[in-house]
Amino acid sequence: MTDVDGEQDAGNGAAPEPLLRLDAVDTFYGPIHILQGLNLEVGAGELVCLLGGNASGKSTTLKTVLGIVRPRNGSVSFEGEDITSRSTSYRIGKGMAIVPENRRLFGPMTVLENLEMGAYLHGGGAKEDFDRVYTLFPLLHERRKQLAGTMSGGEQQMVAMGRALMAKPKLLLMDEPSMGLAPILVERSFEIIKQVHESGVAMLVVEQNANVSLSIADRGYVLSTGRLVLEGPAAELREHEDLRKAYLGR
Amino acid sequence: MSDASDTPGVPEPPPEPEAPEAEPGSRIGIDSWVAEADQRRARGRGPLGLAAWGWESAPDSTKLLAFVAIAASLPFWLLKSEGDLFNFGLFTLIFVGLGLGLQVVVGLAGLLDLGYVAFYGIGAYAYALLSSGYYGHHWPAEATLPIAMGAAVIPAAILGFAARRLLGDYLAIVTLFFAQAFLVFTNVTNPTLFGKGITGGANGIPNLDPLTFFGYKLTSTKQLYFFTLGTVVVVAAAIYLANQSRIGRAWRASREDPLAAEVMSIPVNRLKILAFIFGSAVAGLLGAIYAAVSTAAVSTNFNIGVLIILYAIVILGGFGSIAGVFVGAIVINVSFEFLEPQTDYPSFKRWLFYGLIIFVIARLKPWYRAAVILAGTVGFGFAVHAVVAAMAGHAWTTGKPISGAGWLTHWVVIPRLNHGNFDNFLYIGLVLAVMLVASLKGWWRTIALAPTLYLTALVWENVLVTSPGVTALILFGVMLIVLMAIRPQGLLGTSRVEIV
Repeated sequence: MTDVDGEQDAGNGAAPEPLLRLDAVDTFYGPIHILQGLNLEVGAGELVCLLGGNASGKSTTLKTVLGIVRPRNGSVSFEGEDITSRSTSYRIGKGMAIVPENRRLFGPMTVLENLEMGAYLHGGGAKEDFDRVYTLFPLLHERRKQLAGTMSGGEQQMVAMGRALMAKPKLLLMDEPSMGLAPILVERSFEIIKQVHESGVAMLVVEQNANVSLSIADRGYVLSTGRLVLEGPAAELREHEDLRKAYLGR
Repeated sequence: MSDASDTPGVPEPPPEPEAPEAEPGSRIGIDSWVAEADQRRARGRGPLGLAAWGWESAPDSTKLLAFVAIAASLPFWLLKSEGDLFNFGLFTLIFVGLGLGLQVVVGLAGLLDLGYVAFYGIGAYAYALLSSGYYGHHWPAEATLPIAMGAAVIPAAILGFAARRLLGDYLAIVTLFFAQAFLVFTNVTNPTLFGKGITGGANGIPNLDPLTFFGYKLTSTKQLYFFTLGTVVVVAAAIYLANQSRIGRAWRASREDPLAAEVMSIPVNRLKILAFIFGSAVAGLLGAIYAAVSTAAVSTNFNIGVLIILYAIVILGGFGSIAGVFVGAIVINVSFEFLEPQTDYPSFKRWLFYGLIIFVIARLKPWYRAAVILAGTVGFGFAVHAVVAAMAGHAWTTGKPISGAGWLTHWVVIPRLNHGNFDNFLYIGLVLAVMLVASLKGWWRTIALAPTLYLTALVWENVLVTSPGVTALILFGVMLIVLMAIRPQGLLGTSRVEIV
């Protein structure tokens, strides 16, 4: 399953050296084969969304990218470097960050402390890192002394994004940013994602909400039970008839 | 603490740049209610509310200074006698120190370390071997105390690294095993070294030197008390600074959500091992001091019973609260000392018990319900006493209460002689009565409370007062259960606020 060359460049021509590249990745949970020969890439500064229904392997893809689970076959490379066997913290040091599913803030700690934890590898964050996040989310500066657990869902989403951005990522991974948010907040949340993207950060957004995410993405992939079933520019995917079927799972 | 060396002393405050101007306009969708959570916190009324407000608004350094001022003055007014200072003062301080170390491991890093007492014991034995006539080494304390800490740190580091993948329940099992192995090693194995059993077996190592710093001996209780006070303050300050630093925040983050912390690139396992080692160093230091104070190292002083007391201190004070450890240690050690069999305060025990019951009743609302219960309990008692006296004879009612209080002899039934299983029936009756009360509602509960309280008094007077060791443990259990029910975060822990 490790024939690397050839088939990869078929669909999308442009990017010569993608920021992130998954090559024929097979990931297992114990004996269960989750990701089956997954090929995926994210170019520098690109916004890519990964769609799929429940249990289609979206979150596992992110875990594989971050090294929380290791693929059994295939390789993960970042900026051309093979990081398949590298630790999570090494990958974060190289320029990845994640906004986890359900945000997973440190509830009893303040907003400021949460942000600081995001930059743990960089010594807790320099002033300009805080500045950058506060400019993006003025509310976080206002509420910096507040315990993160006492904030509303939308505000927590901002803290989670701010915390991830503190690590100065080149690639930001987002796991279901729309989960548990009111419809108006989902839109707001995606505006923020777009804004962050426009500041030059490449993003891989895992979503169930295909319409909203495709509306801001450059390209999209659709997963179904661990296999890629569709990929292409976002505009094309939005027109695709099978898409509905695919992201509803099955 | 080694990782904190890049930020010595005062923790670095994260920078707080100017806020970009927030646009004015509609307040719809702005959760000011949440933002003002702190201001909205209702302040309690009355003197208690004032005290709580004063406590919360005082800076932490002031709290520590207040404690030091009070503790330093105690030998001159409240604990004038050597015995009192020893039992109430010195031992409370040792428990504070031990609790602080355990708080780092359990409260800050969230590791269930059941081997903590072994590190305490290792410190004590290290002191015993190096500063006593046992092997003839009479090393001064300025050398033995650091060695005792090191002796505790080395096995902690080995255990921590060996178990670094075994966080959670598995760590509890491994550390518990370590504690038991330590007890067996010191008590039974006792390998021979230089012609002697290295730990002295069941007898331990007696006749230790007093703490001697640069030729100056600490012999009186007062000297030891002040030395231990100083040590505890230094330990508390170190833990406070560590907790305020980036390391401390990372500890809390990894305790709250290890996976999220891991993906923030926080080295969760390494930090947990660091906390484990840090706690063990404190335990080793206190072990050495304890050995010097009690002039012996005996393995039974480092058994699971001590571990339970230490956990009780940390839980009572509140997980993660440094000030809570002080409060927990004072409450637990002082009540423990009062309940000791050879205590000089038998009537105090009684006041403690009846005072507590009346306090609980008085808090019931409405007031007439409390009055009914109180009157009912008193009346029920005299009635039972009269019935028993009339039907079963005087042998059943003329036993003397421990401290010989007059009115009690006409109220509680105390048999003069040991009447078989009377005590056990009382116990079982009390348990059944408590279960009954718990299952009843409304006025039925009120009515059932009177006989239950009376039964409690019977159990207290007949059984608990006469066997204080058991009483202490039962009281701890009840105290912790009640506390967990009404204040799950402990006395000074902060309650968790979560909106998910």
